[in-house]
Amino acid sequence: MEFTLFLIRRILWSLLVLFGLSIVIFVIARAMPGDPARLALGPRASAEQVTQLREELGLNKPLVQQYVLYMEGLAEGDLGKSLLTRRPVNDDIRETFPATFELVLSTITIAFFLGVPLGVLASRFKDRWPDNAVRFVSILAAVTPSFFLALLLQILAGYVLHILPTTGRLPHNIGFVADMTGLVTVDALLRGRFDVFLEAWRYLLLPSIALMAATMGQIARITRSSMIDVSSQDYIEASRAFGVPEPVRLFKYMLRPSFVPPLTIMGLEFASLIGNAFVVELVFAWPGMAAYGVRTILQKDLNAVMGVVIVSGVFFVVVNLVIDALVGFVDPRVRIRGRRA
Amino acid sequence: MSDVVNPKAAELPRLSNAYQNWYRFSRNPTAVIGAVIVVLAILAAIFAPYITPYPQHAGAVVNFRFRHLPPSGTFWFGTDDVGRDIFTRVIFGLRVSLTLALVVLGTAVPFGTIMGLIAGYFDGWTETIIMRLTDVALAIPPLVMALAVAAVLSPDLTHSMLAIAALWWTWHTRLVYSMTRQIRSQEFIEAAETLGASKFHILFREILPNCISAIAVKTSLDCGFVILVGASLSFLGLGIQPPTPDLGTMVAAGSAFLPEHWWESMMPGFAILVLALGFNLLGDGLRDLYDVQEVK
Repeated sequence: MEFTLFLIRRILWSLLVLFGLSIVIFVIARAMPGDPARLALGPRASAEQVTQLREELGLNKPLVQQYVLYMEGLAEGDLGKSLLTRRPVNDDIRETFPATFELVLSTITIAFFLGVPLGVLASRFKDRWPDNAVRFVSILAAVTPSFFLALLLQILAGYVLHILPTTGRLPHNIGFVADMTGLVTVDALLRGRFDVFLEAWRYLLLPSIALMAATMGQIARITRSSMIDVSSQDYIEASRAFGVPEPVRLFKYMLRPSFVPPLTIMGLEFASLIGNAFVVELVFAWPGMAAYGVRTILQKDLNAVMGVVIVSGVFFVVVNLVIDALVGFVDPRVRIRGRRA
Repeated sequence: MSDVVNPKAAELPRLSNAYQNWYRFSRNPTAVIGAVIVVLAILAAIFAPYITPYPQHAGAVVNFRFRHLPPSGTFWFGTDDVGRDIFTRVIFGLRVSLTLALVVLGTAVPFGTIMGLIAGYFDGWTETIIMRLTDVALAIPPLVMALAVAAVLSPDLTHSMLAIAALWWTWHTRLVYSMTRQIRSQEFIEAAETLGASKFHILFREILPNCISAIAVKTSLDCGFVILVGASLSFLGLGIQPPTPDLGTMVAAGSAFLPEHWWESMMPGFAILVLALGFNLLGDGLRDLYDVQEVK
C-alpha cells in the first residue's frame, strides 16, 4: 500500500516533468527565430509555398493554440514526417530505437556490475593502493571523451588485435532479423540461435565499453563513499561485536543500503549517457536512434530531431521511474521520505 | 576547550588563512598536477601565436608536400591531411575549448546561484516553480539540447554555448538550493532577520559567502565536463566552423584516416582528455581542501 502510494507520487512527478519537457521542445521548435516552414521547404521555395505550408502546419495561429495542436499530435503519438527519409518519424524511431535501447541496456548492466565491485574493493582497502587505483581509473574514465575512447577501442581491438568487429550491429550475411523485441540478443535467445547471440555480443561489446566508462567511474566512486559512510554506522559496529561473519556483514548489512546512492546517480547520469550515445553510435555506425538523430540534424530535419529529443526525454523519465521504484524497493526508508523531498 | 584545536591548524599557528590553504593544497600532488595543467593550458591558449612553431597553420594553409607526416622533431604531433602542423593547431584549439567553458559557466554559474538562493530562501510558489524547472532540465541531455537548437538555428559555437548554458545553470541551482535550505535555519540568519536586514543582504551577504567554496569546487569540475560536451558537439560537426582549429573537429577530421594516420585524431583527442583531467584533479583538490561533501 505504502509502496503503491510512493509509486503514484513518482508517476505524477514524471508526468509533470514530461509536461515541462513538451513546453521546452515546443519553444525550441516554434518560438525560436527561424521559420519551420522555410526550414522544411529549403531556401529555393517561393514565398507562396512557404505561406501555404505555414497555414497547413497552423503556424499562423496564436502560440497557445499552436501548442494545443502540437500536444494533440503528440498525444496521438504522431511525430510528423521526416524530410530526410520521407517517412513518418514514428516509423523511423520505431525502427532505430531498439538498437539504442539494447546498447544502453548493456552499457548500464556492464557499468553497474563493474562499478559496484570496484567501489566495494576501494572501500575495503581505503587509502591503500587498490583504492588509489580505482580512483585513478574512475577519474580517467570520467574525463575521457567518449568519441576518443570509441576511436581508441576501434584501433586497438579492431585494427591492431583483430579480435572484435568495429562497426555495425550484426554481420550482413548472418541471415537474422530481430523482429520480435527488436533486441538482437533477446530475439536470438528466444529463437534459440545461440550463435547469433554470441555474435551480437561481439558487436555490442566495444560500443558499450566506450559508452559505459564515465558512468562506471561515477558508480565506483559513489559506491566507495557510501560503503565508507555505512561502515561507520553503529549497527555495523554492533554486528561486528556480535560476531556476524564478515561476508554476511559486507553483503547483507553494508552493500544493500549502499546500493541507493549509485542507483540514484545512475538515473541522473542517464541523461549524459543518452547524450554520449549520439557520438558513440556515430563512431561505431550503430543503427540506432541517436545516429538517426545526428543525420537528421545535419539535414535540418526539424520533425525528426524533435521526435528524437522527445523520445530521449521520455526514455530518461521512464528509466528514472524504474530506478525510483528499485530504490524504494531496496531501501524502505525512501518510500516514506520521498526521494526529492 | 583548547585541547580540541585542529591539529593541522596548530602546526601553523601564525600563518594567514590563505597561506594555510595554499600549504595544504600544495601537499596534495594530484591537485597540484591539475592546477599546473590548467594554468599551462590557459597560458598556452593566450600566447598561442608566440609559442607555437607554425602559427600560420592555425588558418587555412595548405602544404601538400608535408601532408600525413607522422610525429617527429619538426612536427611534434605530426601533420594533417593538408600538411598543417597538428601541435600548432592543438594549442590554438585550446582557445575554443576554454572560451566555451568560460562563457557557459560565466553565465550559468551566476544565474544558477541566484536562482538557488531565491528558491532556497523563499517558500511556496517561487520554490516550486524553480525546482520543478530544474527537474525538467535534468531530463534533457545538454548534448541533445544543443543538437536540437543547432537544427533550428545554424550550427555554430555561439548557439551551442547558449544551449548548454540554458541547461547547465540548473545543476548549480540544485546545489545552492540545498545549501541555502540548511544555512537559513541557522542562528546567524535569524539574528540578521531580527535586526531587520534586507532580503538582499541576507541572500548575498549572509548566505552566499557560505556557499562560495562549494560553488568553486563544482565550477572547477564542471569546466572539464563542459569542455567534453563542447568537444562532442564539434566532433559531430556542430562546433566552430573551419579553418579555426577546434579539438573535437580535428578528431572527427582525423578519424577518416584511421588507423594509418592515427596521430591526426589521437593527438587532439588526447589534448581534450588532458585538459578535462586538469580541471577534474583541480576540482578534486579544492574539494579536499574545503572539505565539501559530494553533492549532486
